Amino acid sequence: MSLLLATLAIGFVFAVLTLGVFLSFRVYRIPDITADGSFPLGAAVTARLLKEGWDPWSATAAAIAAGILAGMITGSIHVRFKINAILSGILVMTALYSVNLRVMGASNLPIDASRTVFAPLESLSGRIFGESVQLFGRTVPSVDLGMFLGTAFAAVLVGVALTWFLHTELGSAMRATGDNPRMVRALATSTDRMIIIGLAASNALIACAGSLFAQMQSFADAQMGIGVIVLGLASVILGQTLVGPVRSIGLAVAGAVMGALLFRLLVAIAIRLGLDANDLKLVTAVVVLVAIVGPTWLAARRPRARKEAARAAA
Amino acid sequence: MLRLESLEKTFNPGTENEVRALQQVSLDFPKGSFTVVIGTNGSGKSTLQGAISGALDLDGGRITIDGVDVTRWPEHRRARLVGRVFQDPFAGTAPDLTVAENLALAEKRGRPRTLAPLLRGARRGAWRELLGRIGLGLEHRLDDPIGLLSGGQRQSITLLMATLTEPSVLLLDEHTAALDPRSAELVIALTRRLVEGCRSTTIMVTHSMRQAATLGDRLIAMHRGGVYLDVAGRDKATFSERELHGLFAQMRRDDRFDDEAVALARSQYR
Repeated sequence: MSLLLATLAIGFVFAVLTLGVFLSFRVYRIPDITADGSFPLGAAVTARLLKEGWDPWSATAAAIAAGILAGMITGSIHVRFKINAILSGILVMTALYSVNLRVMGASNLPIDASRTVFAPLESLSGRIFGESVQLFGRTVPSVDLGMFLGTAFAAVLVGVALTWFLHTELGSAMRATGDNPRMVRALATSTDRMIIIGLAASNALIACAGSLFAQMQSFADAQMGIGVIVLGLASVILGQTLVGPVRSIGLAVAGAVMGALLFRLLVAIAIRLGLDANDLKLVTAVVVLVAIVGPTWLAARRPRARKEAARAAA
Repeated sequence: MLRLESLEKTFNPGTENEVRALQQVSLDFPKGSFTVVIGTNGSGKSTLQGAISGALDLDGGRITIDGVDVTRWPEHRRARLVGRVFQDPFAGTAPDLTVAENLALAEKRGRPRTLAPLLRGARRGAWRELLGRIGLGLEHRLDDPIGLLSGGQRQSITLLMATLTEPSVLLLDEHTAALDPRSAELVIALTRRLVEGCRSTTIMVTHSMRQAATLGDRLIAMHRGGVYLDVAGRDKATFSERELHGLFAQMRRDDRFDDEAVALARSQYR
């Protein structure tokens, strides 16, 4: 039970990451690999500032600001110099690797667990529930419950905020930019600006997730960004499969959150069943490939199968 | 009032594929006028629209709208003053957004996109009435994604969106060419009504001699990057569809003659 709560707590943090990927991938159809750099950037900035004696909330806010900056740089390279979006992301991600090492001054930086945004939640949970809680007949340390509730609140808050944002004038113009950039320009809005703002917002969420993840794990590491974009894409695609081809943005956002949770659960189960953690990224990449290619491959095969059946019948 | 002064545009300059798409084109379009532009392929009529909308950079010349020099304005900035309908009926709307959301984005043309909810205070009643007047049953579909609608329906809404804020200039670029005849008929009827009802200076490019003969108060025929014919008012009214076909055939003959002359010259000097 405690393991389940911890797994879901990580799942909720990855849900924040997934919503960032949702913004770049679903709205703009750009798989923005800046994520692999902005996730550890958020972690690095937070760890460094906590070490400098900042309070956890300011350190988290600074991580978000750093993510905004990273996204703006990727977006600017893409639109100003007309460089392919993926290449722009690769450039910024690579540059961020060095930046992160500089920020931390080492490849790994520990965080004092008593000075994170989760610490007050954990102590509050302890005060309310006591040392441990009975949950579905199992005993759970109240610290884990506090962490679970805190991250769940954060993920839901970000999901609601993103849904609201995508219905504003700005958010709608951003959706239209992903849909039909020519129309947006014809309606007197700069698509360049929309893309820069969108990637900034996306990487803000991803850096925020990186910051929360580091505070949860009590360390930041230069390597922790590897495969973040693929993880995010896996969750987005999984969520899309869960809720189906919906028109409601709120549902699509909820799907992304559920996708992140489900993905985290599946990973935990797979590892429990004996999957080597070192093989995890290989498996994730294959899962994403199958999820993207599978439906079209199946659709392409179906008419042929029907034709063959017809021939067999004749 | 739209003023074009000595517009100049050459594609692929200095190569064998050089096309002088606009050669010193100077034209004045009075406020609220409705001009129909025809021309053979490569005559420069689409380049002219691209130049006015800002989708295309000019090699030379000056464009002023209501006295403001917009020559150096990028496309999206010029769109504050210029409404457009494209040939592709799907190019003017965002398919995943609803009809209401598309209309709302068009209604706020030129204003900064803020953090206010897009559909707050939406004039749904007024929109429903405008959509109802199109006559395609669109008044009940405000909350459907526009991608579910047909090409003719979407082109009608694009036309509505382009005229909603009554921009200084309205550009229609062969906007019925990709529609089936019945939808084209409907969109033309809507064009007539909307253009006559607004004060936008309208320029419509078309391939249809019938539309050229029956629409607008001025007719311009373009040929080889220049103005071949420019008639207005009563002179325009006397042109029948048949005469326009004759004019068109003449322009095509000129084209062929020029091509043959070039081929001859090439074979002589090679």
